[in-house]
Amino acid sequence: MEIENKKPSLTEEEKTLFEKLMPEDMNEISALGVQRRHFLKLITLTGGALFVFQMLDRHQIFAQSSVDPALNIVKAGSIENSVNVAFRVNGARKALEVDSRMTLLDALRERLELTGSKKGCDHGQCGACTVIVDGRRILSCLTLAATCEGKSVTTIEGLAKRGALHPVQAAFIKHDGFQCGYCTPGQICSAVALMTEAKNGEASYVTANVRAKATSLQLSDDEIRERMSGNICRCGAYPNIIAAIKEVHSGKDVVQTWQFTGENNQPTFTTGG
Amino acid sequence: MRPFKFSSTKDPNSAIKMLMDNTNAKFLAGGTNILDLMKEDVERPDELIDITSLHFTQIKTISEGTNKGGISIGGLSKNTDTANDPVIRRDFPLLTQAILAGASAQIRNMATNGGNLNQRTRCSYFYDTAMPCNKREPGTGCGAREGINRMHAIFGWTNNCVAVHPSDMCVALVALDAVVIVIGTDGKSRAIPFADYHRLPGDTPHKDNNLVPGELITSVEIPKNNFAGNSYYLKVRDRASYAFALVSVAAALEINGNQIKQVRIAMGGVAHKPWRAIEAEKFLLGKSASNENFKQAAEAEMQHAKPLEHNKFKVELGKRAIIRALTQAMNGGTNS
Ligand SMILES: Cc1cc2nc3c(=O)[nH]c(=O)nc-3n(C[C@H](O)[C@H](O)[C@H](O)COP(=O)(O)OP(=O)(O)OC[C@H]3O[C@@H](n4cnc5c(N)ncnc54)[C@H](O)[C@@H]3O)c2cc1C
Ligand code: SF4
Ligand code: FES
Ligand code: FES
Repeated sequence: MEIENKKPSLTEEEKTLFEKLMPEDMNEISALGVQRRHFLKLITLTGGALFVFQMLDRHQIFAQSSVDPALNIVKAGSIENSVNVAFRVNGARKALEVDSRMTLLDALRERLELTGSKKGCDHGQCGACTVIVDGRRILSCLTLAATCEGKSVTTIEGLAKRGALHPVQAAFIKHDGFQCGYCTPGQICSAVALMTEAKNGEASYVTANVRAKATSLQLSDDEIRERMSGNICRCGAYPNIIAAIKEVHSGKDVVQTWQFTGENNQPTFTTGG
Repeated sequence: MRPFKFSSTKDPNSAIKMLMDNTNAKFLAGGTNILDLMKEDVERPDELIDITSLHFTQIKTISEGTNKGGISIGGLSKNTDTANDPVIRRDFPLLTQAILAGASAQIRNMATNGGNLNQRTRCSYFYDTAMPCNKREPGTGCGAREGINRMHAIFGWTNNCVAVHPSDMCVALVALDAVVIVIGTDGKSRAIPFADYHRLPGDTPHKDNNLVPGELITSVEIPKNNFAGNSYYLKVRDRASYAFALVSVAAALEINGNQIKQVRIAMGGVAHKPWRAIEAEKFLLGKSASNENFKQAAEAEMQHAKPLEHNKFKVELGKRAIIRALTQAMNGGTNS
């Protein structure tokens, strides 16, 4: 029993693994300091064991239970191919030791507790993971955290300033630019970067004449649609998303495509936007 | 994703050395293709060499040599920066349009020019490790040949592979007679004409291009031309945006009066490499720029097409796309 109590808590590797298998339970587990033996039981119960053995060398899991913790071989079981990386997230400096495979998206969500950025497809096909790096919108699911050294990352959590929503955030609320909200952080980060691109006169595939000198652009609905095409909304909130973006981009009020019930309690709809 | 070692360097020669020291290593540029394929377990490098700090990011007018007056785009310049370069927009708008037809703003902000050239096919059998694929695993057969091949080739395929090259940018580059500049293990530069850069599948579909081991793309050069006023990139796809081409056409004309002095036509989505439409070009050279001639040129090219079971539609679509792209080019290459 005494020996049992001396067992080390989860190794880094096991934690990472556990994070992958059951990210939602991880906080609880680290907070409660679940012991290794319990962990092994847990993963077996969850049916994750087979998967675990594929990913980890069998002895990496069991070796330690039979080795005196005083020998301190914890390092051997720590992050494989670890990379140290320091970057700014929403203005704050962060330094992390990550597995070389860790994407920026996973680093934000699983290590930095910034769960605003969403994992939709994890393959560059949906835009839910869009964040702004050094002023440009990118996909955090196809960006290795290891490549972010020295960079400045802005996520949805970093857009509001001193309690005031970013104008794009406010416009999404006004225009109901979402239904389930899953794509929304990506949509908003994307739209924020789009404003700068339009100001710089960057062209798109539907730009009337790409040869014309780049000057600040007033975007048509077609332009907004094309430029936002990297953000898929499964709920189909597109008309409202466009209305929201158009309002911020033009600086002029855009009529909502919806209204609250009318005075006589009859629903009323307009076709603006 | 399988474990891999992460390396990076600012020096091109050491990047090449690292690649040569480990036959399982790969370069990492924007990561938009290789990381996706690693997540799918299609690519399995045990080391990634981050080359994004190499200094090949310039876009500049070429001041000497055979391509003098043309433009050089860095192998590591981002697709977005290339498309929006003021000189490229003014003098090579076909390239701007083609780049902007590809992927999404986010992906173009990450993707590099070298990575765009070396991106791999989107054939769904190539992506599915449970399926046979000669490109992924030589000798296992081609899942698409007798499978669902709606997105596949109509030119230049063999029974070994019917995949298409997915790039839009490369279609414009082959039309504009670009040249790929690479450096190799001896540190010396080599120039590869764009039309010879990518390969047809033959019986070695696992080879997409003619790079030799250790070679790194440093830039792509485009010679000076007189096409800027009359060029157009047309992309036809299953949805309006953010989808790979069913068929795309890059068309560029130099017109004297109404006579075609020079013409370049290339197609995407039809072959294992960006397809230069030589037959259509031959037909048009010296003729008048009329709808009737555009039609006959399209016929001349597409009569050689060999569609597969599910992509017969690409033949008619290809014809119409050639005619439409040439017509838009004649109208000044604008979208209005
Ligand atoms: C959802 C999605 C949609 C897309 N849609 C389109 C589309 O419609 N049209 C289109 O054209 N493309 C499209 N793309 C593909 C995209 O354009 C490519 O993924 C991108 O251009 C690859 O560039 P990269 O820098 O990210 O390459 P990486 O992924 O970093 O590298 C790709 C390959 O090139 C090699 N490599 C990179 N740089 C060099 C170099 N300098 N020298 C030698 N080898 C090098 C790498 O080793 C690797 O094998 C899409 C991609 C995604 C994810
Ligand atoms: S077409 Fe080429 S890439 Fe696709 S399954 Fe056949 S061999 Fe593989
Ligand atoms: S999660 Fe990154 S694009 Fe879908
Ligand atoms: S609001 Fe549900 S996916 Fe866009």
